[in-house]
Amino acid sequence: MPTVTMTVNGMERSGTVEGRTLLVDFLREHLGLTGTHVGCDTSQCGACVVHVNGTSVKSCTCLAVQADGADVTTIEGLANGADLHPMQEAFREHHGLQCGFCTPGMVMSAVDLANRDSDPSEHDVREWLEGNLCRCTGYHNIVKAVQAGARAMGGGS
Amino acid sequence: MSGNGTGIGASVKRKEDTRFLTGRGRYTDDINLPGQLYGYILRSGMAHAKIGTVHTDAAKAAPGVHAVFTGRDMEGVGGIPTGWEITNKDGSKMVEPGHPALATDKVRYVGDCVAIVVAETAEQAKSAANLIDVEREELPAVASIEAAEADGAPLVFDEAPGNVCYDWEVGDKAATDAAFDAADHVVSIYVVNNRLIPNAIEPRAAIANYDPATGDYTLYTTSQNPHLVRLLLGAFVLGLPEHKLRIVAPDVGGGFGSKIPHYAEEAILTWTAGQLGRPVKWTCERLDAFKSDTHGRDHISTAKLALDADGHFLGLHVSTKANLGAYLSTFATCVPTYLYGILFAGPYTTPAVYCEVKSFFTNTVPVDALRGAGRPEATYLLERLVDKAAVELGMDRVEIRRKNFIREFPYQTPVALQYDQGDYDATLDLALEASDWAGFEGRRAEAAARGKCRGIGISTFIEACGIAPSAVVGSLGARAGLYESGSVRVHPTGSVSVFTGTHSHGQGHETTFAQIVSDMLGVDFDAVDVVHGDSAKIPFGMGTYGSRSLAVGGTAIYLAVEKVIEKGKKIAAHLLEASAEDIEFENGSFTVAGTDRSKTLGEVALTAYVPHNYPEGLEPGLEETAFYDPLNFTFPAGTHIAEVEVDPETGEVELVAVTGADDVGRIINPMIVDGQLHGGLAHGIGQALLEECRYQEDGQLETGSYMNYTMPRAADLPSFNINHNTTLCTHNPLGAKGVGEVGSIGVPPAVINAVIDALRPLGVDDMSMPATSQRVWQAIQRANG
Repeated sequence: MPTVTMTVNGMERSGTVEGRTLLVDFLREHLGLTGTHVGCDTSQCGACVVHVNGTSVKSCTCLAVQADGADVTTIEGLANGADLHPMQEAFREHHGLQCGFCTPGMVMSAVDLANRDSDPSEHDVREWLEGNLCRCTGYHNIVKAVQAGARAMGGGS
Repeated sequence: MSGNGTGIGASVKRKEDTRFLTGRGRYTDDINLPGQLYGYILRSGMAHAKIGTVHTDAAKAAPGVHAVFTGRDMEGVGGIPTGWEITNKDGSKMVEPGHPALATDKVRYVGDCVAIVVAETAEQAKSAANLIDVEREELPAVASIEAAEADGAPLVFDEAPGNVCYDWEVGDKAATDAAFDAADHVVSIYVVNNRLIPNAIEPRAAIANYDPATGDYTLYTTSQNPHLVRLLLGAFVLGLPEHKLRIVAPDVGGGFGSKIPHYAEEAILTWTAGQLGRPVKWTCERLDAFKSDTHGRDHISTAKLALDADGHFLGLHVSTKANLGAYLSTFATCVPTYLYGILFAGPYTTPAVYCEVKSFFTNTVPVDALRGAGRPEATYLLERLVDKAAVELGMDRVEIRRKNFIREFPYQTPVALQYDQGDYDATLDLALEASDWAGFEGRRAEAAARGKCRGIGISTFIEACGIAPSAVVGSLGARAGLYESGSVRVHPTGSVSVFTGTHSHGQGHETTFAQIVSDMLGVDFDAVDVVHGDSAKIPFGMGTYGSRSLAVGGTAIYLAVEKVIEKGKKIAAHLLEASAEDIEFENGSFTVAGTDRSKTLGEVALTAYVPHNYPEGLEPGLEETAFYDPLNFTFPAGTHIAEVEVDPETGEVELVAVTGADDVGRIINPMIVDGQLHGGLAHGIGQALLEECRYQEDGQLETGSYMNYTMPRAADLPSFNINHNTTLCTHNPLGAKGVGEVGSIGVPPAVINAVIDALRPLGVDDMSMPATSQRVWQAIQRANG
């Protein structure tokens, strides 16, 4: 079985995986990083979004071996110690989460948008979140949170 | 109630959020136990078949496999029970067939549980399941109400002739018939309430453990009501006493009703863990969730409204057929009856109402509660019918509603409910103003100039929430009480733990309940923690559904706090050498009335736990429990207005604006309340425009993944215009009514009424849900001849 090595949340991590092991399973089962969630098996819901080399990726649609050598950031790696990342803070401030299950994927996806656009319109945010499902919030407060978070980030994470 | 910065009425940021935002939530699938094995449930691929021998030898010999169990192995274990017995029109009881956890002689829907494979890894269990050979003889299936009621239809259960579970009625039929005899106008309608799949984003999961040393079972499960699962699983299925069965529902990623029922998988897992003496974990894959989570809605109805010449409603007659699916899930039978038929007075003074409901077994996934549960179906029918009446009588859609509003309270409806309080004019006026209803024709003309058909639709509605008074529901067939418990433990140094039998799966109870307690006790919000979801920690509970948590669970907590204060007064009186009757409690201090002599709650708590100088005969400690059984349902109400633009070339419906004016009773946390409204609106809009569960005639699920079941996405929805007018519930001390289901109940008819309003100039006068572009385009083509 192949061995993979990647930087996860700033630390080098290695593991022996099957060829078919998905990145999300490597993160959850091998590394115990259970903040990244699995909500579907057809790459539709976006609960599993992480960053691979700075770009949002559905970790259920990526093999662990594909991320060999990559720089991976999960929701656990976003905050700076006890200080929430501006996007996390914006979700808290604007009540952009309820049950919390889609939240890690939403936040990681939103950070990627904010890295590209520091002042996205409501329309831009709604279109960007095409790959993230939420059943609780009706997206209303998520959209407000993403806009506020992007502005707070000021064009970079 | 002081209404301070974190108290009742403040938009306090949620306690829950830090853990959810940093990936430190603890959902069932995040939990792993030492020595854990993995279970995979083999499900039926046929909708209806006889089962012969299930050959498991090859699977048992596969790598990593520890065991394979089938229905034959579980014979002797009880079936999955249902929670509500409905009485037929003729006084007989509903047909209640057995529901084995693992199928024995027959499978009855695609997704029915056939076997469990237990292996070292989830992949090994799933691979081995492919090696199971099930001898089966396919039988013809009934996958819809129409198929189930057809002459000579195949039977789902031999003991249910015509596939009928029950034939139920509510209201005075003779009085209603008389109202129609006296009517100047009769308006009729046929509506289908589309079947929905709940789709909480967290799939169901469970881990069961058995400790042979103590005989204790523990089940971690994705449940909205862990105590109810314990009751049903323990007492009815496995025969385990409560003290040997612990149910933990940790963080739960949404429920919407689909995590109310006690599911077969919970019983299979727990039993299997007992057989193997090892923890067994199961996580449902999304594709399996589509065919095993309970579905919602699925009604076909005809109804007629009798009116006088002035547009007053005289009588309403409703005939509904409901699909219950293949087995009776926990609340399946009460959803189309007692959560549906009793809603038909709506906010109107209709003096005579009659509703009959015939419910059918079909070879489909069991149907149970889904956000609103019965009340969206009733509201959709009524508000479509009222709109149709306005058109046929040439009346204004707003005025016909206003003409019939209930204005005197309490109001006894002809279908069992007594509304305690409301102001339907106020929410109507608020919604009309907030939506600029008066300016609509200008917007319609502007859209027409762009080639778009613009429409506006309205829905005025009530709900029955705060479920429910135990004696009332007991007399109607419920097999459980529907009270709630709350415990408040003041610790020796003055911090507080609150224990509630409700369960939060997104609603923010840890915040809202802490606001109530910190406000009442005058302690810091951060000094109050709320505990829920563990039968080993909570005295008892009935869980969260039916918009009940604040009105029923919050009230239990309120009453427990009052008991704490009463006891504290006795302790303070002793310390202050005064009479307990002279002690006042305010802002965290017990004070002798008219003096400045006082003791803080912390001082009283410390004395209660270090009782060296203590009232004679009083127990040490400062912890109280209250059980609260509501006196009545609560009745949230409101007006929802939707505005759409339809492209007549493509049939595409754009939802331009949604306005809500809601009366949900006392608001503890406005931020959380608005969030609940947003979510309910999205769910209702999903039903109206996007979502539809479809089965093929042979019982194969057509809409079995997110690729062909349309979930609302961010770009499908607008931002919502939310407004409030509050009247207080009169029969609970918080004045709370409930908010979780409002949107899904109120908004679907507003959306469809708006689509019809948009299309009426094109000759379209009816529309079914969901109003997809295909359906709308076809309606336009038909109208064009």
